[in-house]
Amino acid sequence: MQPILSLRDVSYSYHNLKGETSALSHINLQVSEGSFAAVVGPSGCGKSTLLSLIAGLLPPEDGEILYRGLSSRDYCADSALRIGYMLQRDHLFEWRTVYQNVILGLELTHSLTEKNTAYVLKLLEDYGLYGFKDKKPSELSGGMRQRAALIRTMAIHPDLLLLDEPFSALDFQTRLSVSADIASIIRQTGKTALLITHDLSEAITLADHVIVLSKRPASVKCEMSILYEISREDPLAIRGTAAYQEYFNQLWEVLTDGRPID
Amino acid sequence: MADQSTKNTPPVSARQESFLRAHHRHHHRITLGRLTLLLLFLGFWETASRLAWIDSFFFSSPSGILQYLYQMLTDGSFFTHTGITLFETITSFVLVTLLSLAAATLLWYQNGLSEILEPYLVVLNALPKSALAPLLIVWLGTGSNTIIVAGISVAVFGSIISLYTGFCQVDSEMCKLIYTLGGSRKDALVKVILPSSIPLILSSMKVNIGLSLVGVIIGEFLAARRGLGYLIIYGSQVFQLNMVITSIIILCAIAMAFYKLIQSAEHYYRKQY
Repeated sequence: MQPILSLRDVSYSYHNLKGETSALSHINLQVSEGSFAAVVGPSGCGKSTLLSLIAGLLPPEDGEILYRGLSSRDYCADSALRIGYMLQRDHLFEWRTVYQNVILGLELTHSLTEKNTAYVLKLLEDYGLYGFKDKKPSELSGGMRQRAALIRTMAIHPDLLLLDEPFSALDFQTRLSVSADIASIIRQTGKTALLITHDLSEAITLADHVIVLSKRPASVKCEMSILYEISREDPLAIRGTAAYQEYFNQLWEVLTDGRPID
Repeated sequence: MADQSTKNTPPVSARQESFLRAHHRHHHRITLGRLTLLLLFLGFWETASRLAWIDSFFFSSPSGILQYLYQMLTDGSFFTHTGITLFETITSFVLVTLLSLAAATLLWYQNGLSEILEPYLVVLNALPKSALAPLLIVWLGTGSNTIIVAGISVAVFGSIISLYTGFCQVDSEMCKLIYTLGGSRKDALVKVILPSSIPLILSSMKVNIGLSLVGVIIGEFLAARRGLGYLIIYGSQVFQLNMVITSIIILCAIAMAFYKLIQSAEHYYRKQY
């Protein structure tokens, strides 16, 4: 398949007066259209920096990021090539209702058209939030808040979705169901997604392509395609398969360099 | 969340009821205590002046103050003096609020501007503003203008600093969210910084109204022919201590009323969000 996003030799360092910290070093990766890719790596290895670079919030220091053949400067200016970005915390604004929160992106891009608001209302309906659209975010459960955040991201019709550990703030039980829920929503819409997580099980249950990063400065350690014979709808069933165990062990081996944990 | 409990009122248990009773009793006791303290103080003051423990010429007395207040109300001077002080205080308070909001916004918006201006703001904030009053009189003459500017000068610098500090403490991830949705820095200001700073703005208004009153009274001491500050200075010069103390008590009432007004605005805001 044609890669929709490709990173070539991308490096990035943070600078302060005490010195320079290299976060990413010569990252090469490709994401093909319609796929669900996951990036895993140890905490603090620069995973979030990677997403900020792809979203065009930071310029790469070295190398280039091509998205549908355009460099980051060009695709950020192109309103047809929106990149949706889900942050770790939902950041639903308490001074707005759920509905006012999910149309935030439309408001900011001055595209509050009848067609777009109808789409938002449909999303609210599909994801079971329609009855809560005039409530304050504090009245929603953790999973509902995450779904509202997803609707806010989807409302601007993103061409590519970046997910920065969007489930890490949820408790374990909610996390299992919400992550499966959101992944299936994304699959149904056929969007390309890039998920960042430090949870191996999450990566191999949700994604069909896993990219492993090394410790800081991060570089790509290995890539792996994930395939199951059963449907992805049921995260628990997937976790029970032999394939899951196999993938998990392989990834664990790569992440720990085959050394036992001390 | 709060209105949920009123919508479907569950039956109140006996323990809850006794808790509520104890809560109300506690509140009544506090109010009673406050009133008793006030009445004891007034009673002691009145007795002391009647029995000549203190010289009522210098210390006045509650009955003397009431008499003077009645006289002020009948000859209309209460309304002129209180009115002018109120007008000056409200004007300088409104201007302080607008100016400091505008300045803090500009400081947040323009990277580097705050670093350039920081030492000047700190010095201006620390400077005793009464030192500026003689200068203001020379520049602006005696009258309301000088007094309003004096009121502004006392409150505005501290207000700018506290608002700007608050703006900078807003979670930067919220601004990042705005950028990821295609918004600009201006959008971050309008959609995140300002709405999330409303509690801060209200609490800085609470401080500003008090400081504006301080500035206005300083101004009236030095450059007025009308107003409560003028009455206080004039009364002390002609040994009319009833006039001085009555004016001070009116000032207390004004300060209290302003404070309550902004507090109820705060309550209203909290109930909404």
